[in-house]
Amino acid sequence: MPDLLDKKMIVVTGKGGVGKSTVSIALGMAAAARGKRAIVCEVASQENASRVFRRAEVGFNEVEISPNLWSISIDPDESMREYVLLQLKVKAMRDLLFRSRIFTYLAAATPGLKELVTIGKIWELAQPDRKVKKGREYDLVIVDAPATGHGIGFLQTPRTFAGIARMGPIHSQAQELDRFITDHERTGVAIVSIPEEMPVNESATLEQALRDEVGVSVDRVYMNAMYPERFDDSEAGRLERAARDADGSSGAALRAALSQHHRARSQRAQLDRLRKSARAPVKTLPFIFKPDLKVPEFERLAGALS
Amino acid sequence: MASVEEILEGRGICICAGSGGVGKTTTSAAIAAGLAARGKKVVVLTIDPAKRLADSLGLEELGNEPSRVDPKLFERAGMEMKGELWAMMLDAKATFDELVRKNAEDEETRDRILQNRIYRQISNALAGSQEYMAMEKLFEIHQEGDYDFLVLDTPPSRNALDFLDAPKRMMQFIEGRSMQMFMKPTGVAAKFVGRGSAMMFSILKRVVGFDLLADISEFLSAFSGMVNGFQQRAKRVSELLADPATSFLVVCGPQGQPIEEAVYFHRKLVEAKLPVGGVIVNKVHYETEAGARADVEPELRKLLGDADLAERVTSNFADYQALAARDAHNVEHLARELEGHAVIRVPHLDDDVHDLDGLLQINRYLFATSAEREAMATGVSGS
Repeated sequence: MPDLLDKKMIVVTGKGGVGKSTVSIALGMAAAARGKRAIVCEVASQENASRVFRRAEVGFNEVEISPNLWSISIDPDESMREYVLLQLKVKAMRDLLFRSRIFTYLAAATPGLKELVTIGKIWELAQPDRKVKKGREYDLVIVDAPATGHGIGFLQTPRTFAGIARMGPIHSQAQELDRFITDHERTGVAIVSIPEEMPVNESATLEQALRDEVGVSVDRVYMNAMYPERFDDSEAGRLERAARDADGSSGAALRAALSQHHRARSQRAQLDRLRKSARAPVKTLPFIFKPDLKVPEFERLAGALS
Repeated sequence: MASVEEILEGRGICICAGSGGVGKTTTSAAIAAGLAARGKKVVVLTIDPAKRLADSLGLEELGNEPSRVDPKLFERAGMEMKGELWAMMLDAKATFDELVRKNAEDEETRDRILQNRIYRQISNALAGSQEYMAMEKLFEIHQEGDYDFLVLDTPPSRNALDFLDAPKRMMQFIEGRSMQMFMKPTGVAAKFVGRGSAMMFSILKRVVGFDLLADISEFLSAFSGMVNGFQQRAKRVSELLADPATSFLVVCGPQGQPIEEAVYFHRKLVEAKLPVGGVIVNKVHYETEAGARADVEPELRKLLGDADLAERVTSNFADYQALAARDAHNVEHLARELEGHAVIRVPHLDDDVHDLDGLLQINRYLFATSAEREAMATGVSGS
């Protein structure tokens, strides 16, 4: 089995608020550092990558945000348009379609179609022989996927459509997309979690749902935002005794140290739980004590990832 | 600044909104428990597929109908329950099915929808359907009038706005009537608007595939009969949301991005003329007295008699203070943007909140006055 970064696509998922976008960008930087041409795809117009790299909004364009690392925010309407352009070679037909209100309705009303064309665009980015104008192949496509519940539905979309459309272009394309998602040689899946009770529970459920309902196995679970272990238990005892007669700033500093020790310990317990419940190997990422994550912080995370 | 109790005084519905991972579910449960403890009969609705609410209430499972939380659980944890706490987890698909049953013109249409492959396979994943169904269920329970107070924990949408747009998107979807008229695959298309449409149909067939088109067409045509029913219902749901007896609470975290999202969401709620109660910021690192980081090291060295340990305590304190400064800065920015709506800060507790004890701890902050909160936070959060 190839290394995660040697795959063609990595899907990054997990509970909301655990740092999926952060991990996606850091994975992209790690791949770029190995000389790969990588792209991070955001699917819910979050524009996190452009924020980090202080670029203007990326939008539905492939924009190089740092050397060898690209970013795109996948807009379903634009993807749909692009799909139609590739399907219909005759300009008059395309114009007729785009002008028609019926087409707009169809695109808006069909359940799941947005997800399908979004995945279609992601797949297109990973193709060696890209059909879009000036499209160059990416070595690695990283998908900053929707959170748990929506994430499962999102990844299931191609299979669902392949089942509904028994023949025709959507059928064959949905099948191709499903094959791509479930091909473990080409597609890797990473779950992001944080060292708290419920995110850890959810990671285990998510890993199983990905296996049972989507048919993919998870390559790695990232335990994000781990505090360093700054004090051992005997030191904590000394801090506690000292805190009893300290006041003012030093009292506050001692209480902060005790609180940090307490959290770091409960985090280790959660890490043990995750290691027991996860089938995939677990890798930890440090909590970054910075008001906002910027390029150097991402570089540090990228280093910790690989 | 106000407590949650003051904000919700005289109201009947509280809707907790915000992006994923900010503690919405816990906040909803803590609010519901607090109101129930004060004597109300409260129901909390969640749509969370991850069973988080059930976990935090010590329940094995929650169904699509409310079930009562054992008051003994709260008593054991030291909270007296004067009222009743009920909880339910929304099953979007089951609620959608019920809605179809209620609104279908006749049995045949009902069965055609319920058995349509598109409906069956994707009704759960339909964009906005979870959000819409959450409000639908809220409306239904409110209509039945069995409870004094309803708390809705909105779905964990990545984009908090999905939730507000849900009724509109549902209507767009259902109103796609002209398409359905056109798309009947039997040639009605040609009769309907002539050659252009027939050509459109053939183009669509090429892009989409015939059988899929037929399924979509059938699905939409079956649905079109229900448009009026749905429209009326959506209108009444919107009215309920805008009612002064409803209060929206935005829940967020203290980091830059969640704060920006809360500001944005608050603005959207105000623009939509929906009643905003305030914003709850979870996991805040409280600041201690200003300038506290200045030179604690010599004193710590004296206190601890260990230079290495004193240095680590100092650098840990500096890290903590940096986060506290960031949080204070973000909360100030938030307060400025809120134009007088309350900001309630809940501290980053030493223990991760996932059980009843944690829930009650959060509850104490939410229901405390601002001064009480400050006093508790500077003692508890370890700074």
